Amino acid sequence: MALEKRVVFRSAWLPWLLVLPQGAIIGVFFFWPAAQTVLQSLQQQDAFGISTEWVGLANFQRIFADPSYLASFHTTALFSILVASGGIVISLLLAVFADRVIRGALAYKTLLIWPYAVAPAVAGVLWLFMFAPSVGVVSYALRQAGFQWNHLLNADHAMTLIVMAAIWKQISYNFLFFLAGLQSIPKSLIEAAAIDGARPWRRFWTIVFPLLSPTTFFLLVINVIYAFFDTFGIIDASTEGGPGKETAVLVYKLYYDGFKALDLGGSAAQSVVLMAIVITLTVIQFRFIESKVNY
Amino acid sequence: MIERRPFLNVLSHGVLLIGVLVVAFPVYLTFVASTHTAQEILQAPMPLLPGNQLVHNYVAALTGSEHGPGSAAPVGRMMWVSLVTALVISLGKIAISLLSAFAIVYFRFPFKQLVFWMIFVTLMLPVEVRIFPTYQVVSDLGMLNTWSGLTVPLIASATATFLFRQFFMTVPDELVEAARTDGAGPMRFFKDILVPLSATSIAALFVIQFIYGWNQYLWPLLMATQENMYPVVIGIKRMISGGDQAQQWNLVMATAILAMLPPALVVVLMQRWFVKGLVDTEK
Repeated sequence: MALEKRVVFRSAWLPWLLVLPQGAIIGVFFFWPAAQTVLQSLQQQDAFGISTEWVGLANFQRIFADPSYLASFHTTALFSILVASGGIVISLLLAVFADRVIRGALAYKTLLIWPYAVAPAVAGVLWLFMFAPSVGVVSYALRQAGFQWNHLLNADHAMTLIVMAAIWKQISYNFLFFLAGLQSIPKSLIEAAAIDGARPWRRFWTIVFPLLSPTTFFLLVINVIYAFFDTFGIIDASTEGGPGKETAVLVYKLYYDGFKALDLGGSAAQSVVLMAIVITLTVIQFRFIESKVNY
Repeated sequence: MIERRPFLNVLSHGVLLIGVLVVAFPVYLTFVASTHTAQEILQAPMPLLPGNQLVHNYVAALTGSEHGPGSAAPVGRMMWVSLVTALVISLGKIAISLLSAFAIVYFRFPFKQLVFWMIFVTLMLPVEVRIFPTYQVVSDLGMLNTWSGLTVPLIASATATFLFRQFFMTVPDELVEAARTDGAGPMRFFKDILVPLSATSIAALFVIQFIYGWNQYLWPLLMATQENMYPVVIGIKRMISGGDQAQQWNLVMATAILAMLPPALVVVLMQRWFVKGLVDTEK
């Protein structure tokens, strides 16, 4: 990061003028609200916003004593593990085969990448429509096969629904990164192994997969961040956190407690916890990218 | 190709075809549903081939002429709101980031490292995490239900600044020297040399940020409470209310197709820049 240009322009005021627009926007819409979040997490407001008092860490004690918050942690952990692992396995499979084919490679690629463009909320509506208990095509097919699908009543069904929708939307992203990773593996390595008699299956596990591990790890972090933060639309449009609170992930609960239940202190404390989580994840990711660049 | 393995070739195409079909199925079904009447869809199983209501449904959705149980705001207006929002977010981000990256790379000034780290920190916290205080700020500034309220807070992130900084670092110093010898000032150098050189990065970033802006959900959900400021993604959600039987599924699905079309077109038509943008913004 310390790299500098050898030749620079000189001016006492121009650089400040240049950073001013971005500085003003992040000041007003980033640093001020972020500071407010931390302050509010240490305060307690009454329901009408008339009086505010300092309560120290009481909000944190309260949320961590709340079984529904702990349950939301559990839900989020399960959800992000399922989304990250499912998405990575499916995308890797598709990328490995797409890397093999020569004819039609571009067509397959084009047909696999466009779900990236679908808004999470629209993805939620699409999957809701397929699985709607009374009108959905897939739920009808399942019923014919003797399986009663109802995500409005069954928490496992609801979780399955949002996991499928979240994976569906993220496949294209993972696929592109795996494909780029596969294409950067030197062909000579694979050829050498082939000459030594290693068959495709063996070559994949002993050469390709280990060489892809930086990509896989990177995608693991990105997918967890995605499952934590970008899936709000999917959940709000399909299950709305239900049935009960079984699919209310942390961001959903934060939104619900802040805007529907109007618990400002508690919601701010939840924000601070989420900040800590996302900062940890980002630091892991940057550490890792630095180590990758330096080898 | 290392060796001839006909079986693996067949398997590859088989797996990829299944993948493509599974990925496409939800959208195909959406399209089919958008071409039938609401009654036809309610009779399970709904038809799996397109019907003849295509024009009628899309016109009804765009003009908001048919009322379901939920909101019946015209989708035409929502598409306009989404388009303006996505363009302002993507172009605004690109503009302010070009300027600040130029300052950080091409000038020495006091507290430069501090400025750099202040911008850097914004990468870490998505708007979802600080949603409530951000909402309060926007509401205190009287920006609810306004274009600036929908867009400006989402411009406050540094992805683009970093991308441009990385790129500027690779621009040869000789270009600056040559420009200075020819008597060009910093802004002249910026406008005539640096920005044209950045065209590919700008295009790549535009694709990513346009999709980001178009697909925003939580922020406009709080920000836009009047129907005339709904982006289309919010509009769909507002159209659904009550149980599955009561929906005007044909219109909801027509709206969903309309909502997917612009960003999907951007991805497919600008595929090269899209892939570059994805890979670059994550570095």
